[in-house]
Amino acid sequence: MNTALLGSKSEAIKVPVEAGQLKFFAKATGETNPIYFDEAAARSAGHPALPAPPTFCFTLNLARSDPFAFYTQGLGLDLGRMLHAAEDFEYIAPFYAGDTITVFETLVDMFEKKGGALEFYVFEGTATNQRGETVVKMKNVLVHRNG
Amino acid sequence: MASIETMKVGDALPDLAKPPVNRTTLALFCGASNDHNPIHVDIDFARKAGMDDVFAHGMLSMAYLGQMLTNWVPQSAIRSFGVRFGAITHLGDEITCSGKVVETFEDGGESHLRLELAAKDQKGEIKLAGQAVVAVPRKGE
Repeated sequence: MNTALLGSKSEAIKVPVEAGQLKFFAKATGETNPIYFDEAAARSAGHPALPAPPTFCFTLNLARSDPFAFYTQGLGLDLGRMLHAAEDFEYIAPFYAGDTITVFETLVDMFEKKGGALEFYVFEGTATNQRGETVVKMKNVLVHRNG
Repeated sequence: MASIETMKVGDALPDLAKPPVNRTTLALFCGASNDHNPIHVDIDFARKAGMDDVFAHGMLSMAYLGQMLTNWVPQSAIRSFGVRFGAITHLGDEITCSGKVVETFEDGGESHLRLELAAKDQKGEIKLAGQAVVAVPRKGE
């Protein structure tokens, strides 16, 4: 494994959190709690706008012209051989439709299993709102199948 | 259901059962989640990559687990949430999410529950194993 890649960072992107995408995400996941797709229900529950659901930062981080360029071009991984091994979120503050989130990730660890047949890549991501406050920290583990 | 304030180690939160995953589910989630990896929607790409067919995004089932949590507590109570993806979710699989309390602890003047989470298919195979920490509201809140 090319450990010289450790510390590589993806481009930090600034992503507007859009009500339309939150509603589409709610539809695609069969969400039944109206605070995630109905502004009036969200406001009745005390939210200023539609809240982003717990895994939505992962989606924001993929809001790139090529969502996987960091992995494929940056790290030389093959999209067809990549699987998601683990995902962790730490929640610091909520964010909502209308916020603008800046997100990027850093390759912090890499290791092999099964004699190199599986390569694991560990990324730490940070999502920051338009006031410069960190809202979510993420850890993403990808596994690349060789051979 | 036990109220969160009185839950103790071993208590379960309400399950969430989802309909079978089909190709439309995956197409919608591809678009809505920004995860455009063709392996989840393009059978030609999936076959070239050595798979028999397309398969579900792991993050779809993680979103389902998140819904189980937010059906039960306000999202603001969730401090952390993580999963390990143990097995691929195939077309036709029906995911049921479950969770139980494995620890209660105090941190920073707040009471917390540590939860063990699982997303299983119709045969009981664990697709995702996870954990979450939720803060317990103080009495009267």
